Amino acid sequence: MTWGVSHLSVRYGDVAALTDVSLEVVAGEVVALVGGDGAGKTTLLRSMTRTVGAHAGEVNAPGVAQIGFMPTQAGVWRELTVDENISFVAAAQGVAGADLTQRRAELLEATGLTEATDRLAGALSGGMRQKLAFSLAMLHRPPLLLLDEPSTGVDPVSRVELWRMIAKAAADGAAIAMATTYLDEADRASQVVVLDSGEVLLAGTPAEVLEAIPGHVRVSASRGDAARSWRRGHQYREWVAEDPPAGVARAADLEDAVVAAALAKEAALTTEAARG
Amino acid sequence: MRAMILKEFRELRRDKRTMAMLIMLPIVLLVIFGYAANFTTDEIPTYVVGPQAEAVTAQLPDLFRVDETTPQGTTQDAKDALRDSKADVAIDTTTTPFTAYVDGSNLFAAQTAVGAFNAVPDEQLAVEVLYNPDLITAWVMVPALIGLILTFIGTIITSIGLVKERQTGTLEQLAVMPLKPSDVIVGKIAPYFILASVDMLVVTLLGMWIFDVPFNGNPALFALGAAIFLFVVLGIGVLISTASKTQAQAIQLAIMILLPQILLSGFIFPLSAMPAAISWIGYCLPLTYFVQISQGIMLRGAGLDSLWPAYVVLTAMATLIFTAAVLRFRRDLAPSARRSGKKAHK
Repeated sequence: MTWGVSHLSVRYGDVAALTDVSLEVVAGEVVALVGGDGAGKTTLLRSMTRTVGAHAGEVNAPGVAQIGFMPTQAGVWRELTVDENISFVAAAQGVAGADLTQRRAELLEATGLTEATDRLAGALSGGMRQKLAFSLAMLHRPPLLLLDEPSTGVDPVSRVELWRMIAKAAADGAAIAMATTYLDEADRASQVVVLDSGEVLLAGTPAEVLEAIPGHVRVSASRGDAARSWRRGHQYREWVAEDPPAGVARAADLEDAVVAAALAKEAALTTEAARG
Repeated sequence: MRAMILKEFRELRRDKRTMAMLIMLPIVLLVIFGYAANFTTDEIPTYVVGPQAEAVTAQLPDLFRVDETTPQGTTQDAKDALRDSKADVAIDTTTTPFTAYVDGSNLFAAQTAVGAFNAVPDEQLAVEVLYNPDLITAWVMVPALIGLILTFIGTIITSIGLVKERQTGTLEQLAVMPLKPSDVIVGKIAPYFILASVDMLVVTLLGMWIFDVPFNGNPALFALGAAIFLFVVLGIGVLISTASKTQAQAIQLAIMILLPQILLSGFIFPLSAMPAAISWIGYCLPLTYFVQISQGIMLRGAGLDSLWPAYVVLTAMATLIFTAAVLRFRRDLAPSARRSGKKAHK
């Protein structure tokens, strides 16, 4: 099954939050939505839950009973224990009896929360809370999972564990759209959609995204054009508009590709403004 | 330090609620305490019955404002006028000596009337204070306090509980669960309704037990009034929550709504002693009508025949405010349900 949006535009008053965005989320795959603050990642996910109205375009998503949603702030009830959180969401999602018993045991085991069932969600560490939130989103085995920055602010070990759970959910057949600011996570997704100011900058598999940027990223030991270069570790990167020499990749990884695409867009806008 | 002060002023300027509290609250308090905070009653609505009604009316000092005289009226008519809050003093000229019945549930008016009647010799006038014979303040305060407690739970506690759900991101989670908006709204409000009802029962029983406050009226009628009033204050609480992003904002708004109710509902200062320009604010506040109901039923044993205007006003308020609250809360839960057309969603 494939879910997604087609030519979707969303406006908040006079502000365009999304403009002509298309996205396909295929069962068994993870689509990573990347982009800076205000890029439109959360709005895109909310559009798919239908809590944000579309100005134009179409949303192809199942009803809320078949969606698992994890909001930016972990959607857990902090004054309830881990067990009570699970019981509440199970009741709301209509999961009961033997199915609930089995599902509760599976998810607690996967999240490592088996020994913490009586702890208040508010007393859990950030990583544990995110894992609980993911379990709640997954509880009813939804065919579509929408995760809004599930690993933001989580320690590296918990991030790995969370990613393992996300990959397992996809392997079990869920279609997953996940907003993230971590490009190493996006690199592991089946598809990547790079958003900037509500528009799709790049889209495709991680390899396709690397090849789709205009021009290429040059690595150097010293800083080049200040407006087009940035520092990574001990080296500098510079985006240049020309195609790379034969046999040289346009960008080494997604991080370089995303920065290069943003700079390319900026350069195009500057040129257009100068002409106009 | 200068930078710190400047930063604080800039932040304050942009915090509209705090600015409103800083500017409006002192003005409102000044006006209320300057004009409304008046325990002295200048005019006491008076009803005179019996064959000497006209003659007695002519002799009464200006303090007693006689709205109606009934020469054919009986002792029961005089007492009924007090029970139904048509007057604070009823003078019965069918008895010898004449009897002045005073409504003890209207404390300040009663104290003033009794003070004035003390100058009249006993052989000319017998004074009988009804409904609160010893003019005990607690008897008048406890029924009103029940309303204040319901207001507190309904507005502050409810709005905090709802805003917490938004602040922690779980309201967004609820919006994406297969729950009907009505399930969420009823589920969120019902516990506060039940808790407020239990509180009301406990305070009523404790008031009766500790302060010997009587309960002369119909408990079912009282419960009905409390339930309608609860819908009003819960509605206000929900409305506050829809206009607040944080719990601190909700508390600020709730205080701004609670304070006038405490000061202008007739609970502390008698509405009749306020200038008309101030008292009309009191008549726009729901607590004013609940105080009329609770004092009327508990102290005077009043029934629906005299309290119906308070019930009608509260019912209208409950319908308007609760409907507005539910609609706004629904919008928060499913904002796109109304805005988006079918074209936008498959």
